[in-house]
Amino acid sequence: MARIPEVARHRVPPQATTTGHREGGEGVVSLRRAAVRVGGRTLWSGVDLEVGAGEFTAVLGPNGVGKSTLIKVVLGILPTAAGEVRVLGEAPGRAGHRIGYLPQRRNVDPSLRIRGIDVVRMGLDGDRWGVPLPLPLRFSARRRAARDRIAEVIELVGASAYARRPLGECSGGQQQRLLIAQALVRGPELLLLDEPLDSLDLSHQGGVAALLGRICRAEGVSVVMVAHDVNPILPWLDRVLYLAEGGAAAGPPQQVITTRTLSRLYGAPVEVLRAGDGRLVVVGGGHGTEGGGGHGHHHELD
Amino acid sequence: MSVFTAFDHPYFTHALLAGSGIAAAAGLVGYFLVLRAQVFTGDALGHVAFTGGLAALAFGYDLRLGLFAATVVFAVLIGALGSRGRSDDVAIGSVFAWILGLGAFFLTLYSTRGAAHGTAGVSVLFGSIFGLSAGQAKVALLAAAAICAAVALLARPLLFASVDEAVATARGVPVRALGLAFLVLVGACAAEATQAVGSLLSLGLLAAPAGAAHLLTARPYHALALSAGLAVAEMWAGLGLSYAAPRLPPSFTILAVATAVYLATLVTVRPRRGRTVTSRAVRGNVPGWPRL
Repeated sequence: MARIPEVARHRVPPQATTTGHREGGEGVVSLRRAAVRVGGRTLWSGVDLEVGAGEFTAVLGPNGVGKSTLIKVVLGILPTAAGEVRVLGEAPGRAGHRIGYLPQRRNVDPSLRIRGIDVVRMGLDGDRWGVPLPLPLRFSARRRAARDRIAEVIELVGASAYARRPLGECSGGQQQRLLIAQALVRGPELLLLDEPLDSLDLSHQGGVAALLGRICRAEGVSVVMVAHDVNPILPWLDRVLYLAEGGAAAGPPQQVITTRTLSRLYGAPVEVLRAGDGRLVVVGGGHGTEGGGGHGHHHELD
Repeated sequence: MSVFTAFDHPYFTHALLAGSGIAAAAGLVGYFLVLRAQVFTGDALGHVAFTGGLAALAFGYDLRLGLFAATVVFAVLIGALGSRGRSDDVAIGSVFAWILGLGAFFLTLYSTRGAAHGTAGVSVLFGSIFGLSAGQAKVALLAAAAICAAVALLARPLLFASVDEAVATARGVPVRALGLAFLVLVGACAAEATQAVGSLLSLGLLAAPAGAAHLLTARPYHALALSAGLAVAEMWAGLGLSYAAPRLPPSFTILAVATAVYLATLVTVRPRRGRTVTSRAVRGNVPGWPRL
């Protein structure tokens, strides 16, 4: 568990735009020949990945292959079994205050009677001891700065209209926007998202994906996102890490999501088709063989 | 008899002082108990308080020593048996029926010692707040102040850990330790509330004001303060009622007021969607990890 220096924890982050693109050298996330074991089973090994500043990276692959585990390794919650992992130039877990994290989740319980804005605020100072003192705002510059930053980030995700409603009463898409605001409120340099579109219906998927693309492009935040379906985020992707039973492949999407690469990863014939609207469809098995792991024949990239 | 003569009686002043502290502590702890969907844990710890209190009496120790020792030890045990500092239904269920049986055993052991001991079980189960001495009231007030201070210290990270366990963990919040510390506070609070309204009824003081506060405001710190305020006001109203109508025991009047306030809130404030707050409030949004 990272002990964050007092100053860093208490400061209100600078405007996200000023963090911008970091100059030169080291990547934001860097995995070299990394492997991970959970419960005695090696989930993946030999994974190489370089995520640069302001890049949008998707982590793809079938269920159970260890996509969420990769996020936990980058967060420093799980150790690697082999290889090297560097996050923002430090060992995983050492740069927690510079990372925004959105875990995989089902919908928030409808009975949760806490406002969205309070949940966003937890991202800013939720780890501090004590209770916020009910002093008038004019006595505390820090509280004014905190209030402004929260309002700014809620505006950024377009949640101003419903931020003061209990989170449980918001729709899935509204909740996801507020939770993205929570992850962004400290002005992180890296945003880790675990299937943020999973619980949303199609119309909201496009909106939240566009928001993430905009955060990445306009705010210069590096995004690493575990995804079930690559298509909603395809327009913004710089890089793809595809994990499968047979190994891993990283690179630009048009190089990784190909019939050849995926057939190699699955160890079975897999065909990648491009639909008329540019969407990718992965079709498994030419002769009735399945790609493994309970994969159907016709499915979107999952 | 007027309510204004109440303060002429030391027993009433003692009850009011101790009761205010106990209610404030129960209101603060109760807010998180409802938020974390651990109301059942509070109930279990009430039963433990009964057994601990009677065990202390049976072996010749101070009642309060038994109350606090038993509830705090069992709070730690429940936390350790359940996963990640949150108590587990099966773990509680399998232990607390046995505990209650053990309480019956200690009650028999104690009450067969002398005729005067026959009512001990009743007063532990249902409370005897008008029977507190000046010294007992002072200790109860100090213990309540300590619980309130501890909740205030833990409030912000505990809120974070209760609402968003995975993100709080990633942010370096000691989620598990906080869960355990909170259970200890619930235990201490159950021991405190037993002195006021009894071990069987302590749950009402923990759940009713907090449930009403959850419904009345969605601002967490306002709700926390409101929960404590409601609990104290309900305690005062209950004590006043019981003084004015001596046939009504204070435990009954306090909980009758608390329940009435909760029901009135439930009827007037309707969440736009969803159920009441006493359901498993937050578990649904916390994914079990590692879940692949």
